[in-house]
Amino acid sequence: MSIFGIPIFPDQASTFARDVDALYFFILAVCAFFALAVAVPVIYFGIRYHKTHDRQIGARIEGNLPLELLWSVIPTIIAMVMFGWGVSVFYHLRRPPAEALHLYAVGKQWMWKFQHMEGQREINELHIPSGRPIKITVTSEDVLHSLYFPAFRTKYDAIPGRYTELWFEAQKPGSYHIFCTEYCGTNHSGMIGTVTVLEPAAYQEWLQGGGLEGTLAQRGARLFNDLACSSCHVDSGRGRGPSLKDIVGTTVELRDGSSATIDDAYLRESILNSQAKVVKGFEPLMPTFQGLISEENLVALIEYVKSMSPKATTTAPAAPPAGKK
Amino acid sequence: MLDTLKIPEQHYLHDGHSLRSWLLTKDHKRIAIMYLMSISVMFFIGGLFAVGIRFELATPQGDFVTADTYNKFFTMHGVIMVFFFLIPSIPAVLGNFLIPPMIGAKDLAFPRLNLLSLYIYWFGSIFTIAAMVRGGVDTGWTFYTPYSASASNTHVVPTALGIFIAGFSSILTGLNFIVTIHRMRAPGMTWFRLPLFVWAHYATSLIQVLGTPVVAITIVMLFVERAFGFAIFDPQRGGDPVLFQHLFWFYSHPAVYIMILPAMGVMSELVSTFSRKRIFGYSFVAFSSLAIAVFGFIVWAHHMFVSGISTYAAMVFSFLSFSVAIPSAVKTFNWSATLYKGAVSFETPMLYAYGFLGLFAIGGLTGLFLATLGVDVHMHDTYFVVAHFHYIMVGGAIMGYLGGLHYWWPKMTGRMYSEFFSRVSAITVFVGFNVTFFPQFVVGYLGMPRRYHAYPDEMQVLNVMSSAGATVLGLGYVLPVIYFLYSLKHGRVAGPNPWGASGLEWQMQSPPLTENFTEAPQVIHEPYEYEHIVVAKEKHLV
Repeated sequence: MSIFGIPIFPDQASTFARDVDALYFFILAVCAFFALAVAVPVIYFGIRYHKTHDRQIGARIEGNLPLELLWSVIPTIIAMVMFGWGVSVFYHLRRPPAEALHLYAVGKQWMWKFQHMEGQREINELHIPSGRPIKITVTSEDVLHSLYFPAFRTKYDAIPGRYTELWFEAQKPGSYHIFCTEYCGTNHSGMIGTVTVLEPAAYQEWLQGGGLEGTLAQRGARLFNDLACSSCHVDSGRGRGPSLKDIVGTTVELRDGSSATIDDAYLRESILNSQAKVVKGFEPLMPTFQGLISEENLVALIEYVKSMSPKATTTAPAAPPAGKK
Repeated sequence: MLDTLKIPEQHYLHDGHSLRSWLLTKDHKRIAIMYLMSISVMFFIGGLFAVGIRFELATPQGDFVTADTYNKFFTMHGVIMVFFFLIPSIPAVLGNFLIPPMIGAKDLAFPRLNLLSLYIYWFGSIFTIAAMVRGGVDTGWTFYTPYSASASNTHVVPTALGIFIAGFSSILTGLNFIVTIHRMRAPGMTWFRLPLFVWAHYATSLIQVLGTPVVAITIVMLFVERAFGFAIFDPQRGGDPVLFQHLFWFYSHPAVYIMILPAMGVMSELVSTFSRKRIFGYSFVAFSSLAIAVFGFIVWAHHMFVSGISTYAAMVFSFLSFSVAIPSAVKTFNWSATLYKGAVSFETPMLYAYGFLGLFAIGGLTGLFLATLGVDVHMHDTYFVVAHFHYIMVGGAIMGYLGGLHYWWPKMTGRMYSEFFSRVSAITVFVGFNVTFFPQFVVGYLGMPRRYHAYPDEMQVLNVMSSAGATVLGLGYVLPVIYFLYSLKHGRVAGPNPWGASGLEWQMQSPPLTENFTEAPQVIHEPYEYEHIVVAKEKHLV
């Protein structure tokens, strides 16, 4: 929306945009009502009860309990409606559907690096299909960043050492802003990019154009060999490390007697800080990879490990196991 | 004394003229005047950085200063304005000057501690300014880790230590006020006869005493990590960067109420005096101050809805944030209702009070958007937030501060300022403020992130409006300096009670004696009673 060619309202390019904007206009209406509820009496009283002579004083009114209750209770009720509505939009926004197309974003001073499961890698550019939920797992290589798509009405912080996620379903093909909204140093305002929403067919065509290194999981498989993970983690389970077949989603017992569920966060920790949660029956022999592997390679490696558990990883498209191309 | 309207021979400003008589004073009024001068200097330094920011943002490209310089501009603007101007502003100047006379006391409970707080404030300011002169700091006033702990190579430690030191000044002021209000009230000055200005400061002091130590601890943790390499926040070595945000906002959200509650206290005085009527719903206004102080402590994570806290924690903090909106709404409605059947007049302080009502209403209402989870995800860290908190902290707190300064100036100096120019200034500030910050709501919803040195071309028009408004606003802030200074020598003599106000402070001569009252006042009236003021005026003033 624009006035005299000056945009004053952002594009509504995702399914959330409608939900968020509807709530926004509801709150705007409430605010307008209360602004008038203050402004009109204040201006009217100021004129109507303007002091006419020097010795005049105001009427002696102490207060009014019913009025106090009225203007406490009504705002409370309206606030609870806002709260409830806000929660329902937020809950939806924070729950990616299982069938979402999954990709990774890594923030780094001062660029956004995106990795598609099919192997395409982009910097400050992102191509996605319309009409399909997209889930982005976000992390950072250095300081805090925040991945923000104003046209989709969503953002989430990129936190070093952690995976966070956001999702959206883009509806309108076109090009939109990507911003970093968490201050990250010198070139914070240069950490921007463009997300291009393509019709599904155009997206398929775009996919054909890239991915020279194979899929993300295939790249992970090569790293698995290059970093010599494969010399201990053998499928038979008789290596110095546990087999990684069909482990994602299971709960394992640890050396210290506690247990852990194997998910992205566990895999990440076990690669970077390998002594933290060692599976029972194995010696803490694995070297740590903290500082030796980039965030981008880490997600490739994790994707490869996950591809060894095809039953647990339902995210589409399932990455084919390495070597079967 | 009252008939001829001359400046009395004896008053606190004449009680010694040497520098030593000022620097070693125990008089709360002289300490307040020194605070006034100090924070005014800080305000204009902070303002200069804002000028730099608005110059840069007049064009979409980063062409006025480099990105690093720009980042230092907004950081130092925030640091100075928040920690060295807004937090001390009303309590240390107006609170210091007025709380003792308002409750009928000769001074604060701990006069030496009061002077110490000023020295601590100076020491902290010098630390921070020295850090700026040596090259400044670029972390944003929020000092988020891990950027501040490991990535920034600017003067983080000295700046943060300056804030750490100044924090003790704030704690001591709060402590002094609490004890004074409990122990020093004149005979007959019961809790429910206290001016609402005093209630507001009581609530503020609780936050200062309970909240400030937390930010001190946070700064120490940052210092230990930066200086000695302990990994408290560094994720590479097992630290948690998000922990910093919890600790920081545990103080810094209540700190917003340190800024706005005293301004609300000023509002109650202004609205009552200039409608010549008891404040509507006195006890609701008094207790809403306490409610704001208490609820203010349990809403901090609404700054962190997209920072990696759990979905359910976000819901709890959203709910609690709405709870703090209610007492603010109650206050606003009570001020409005006070005008009903009043005898309203629009002297300059009342113009500021009206300005406060308008700007605080917009600032408070736009907070509802940000407390609402689904909408905040989009708005978080955009210019919408910048606009919102400037409406509260500048539109609210500074309008309150200026309103209070214009209201009590004749008490502090014994003289009136130019009525014409002060009205011009009040209107200029109101108009300039809205032109500056209202477009930022729009550009924020469009998606412009805060702390951006360069921005997309299509957002230029709104930014140019902002910069133009800031020019007007700046003019509105410079004007009072001129007519206030001019009034010191040439102003009309004000007399003890130029507004016909009801508080005990107006029973003192203007400027007051060092000991405030020659004999301890007996309080026999309810607060905000104007009947006997009129009678007194007729008896003494022809």
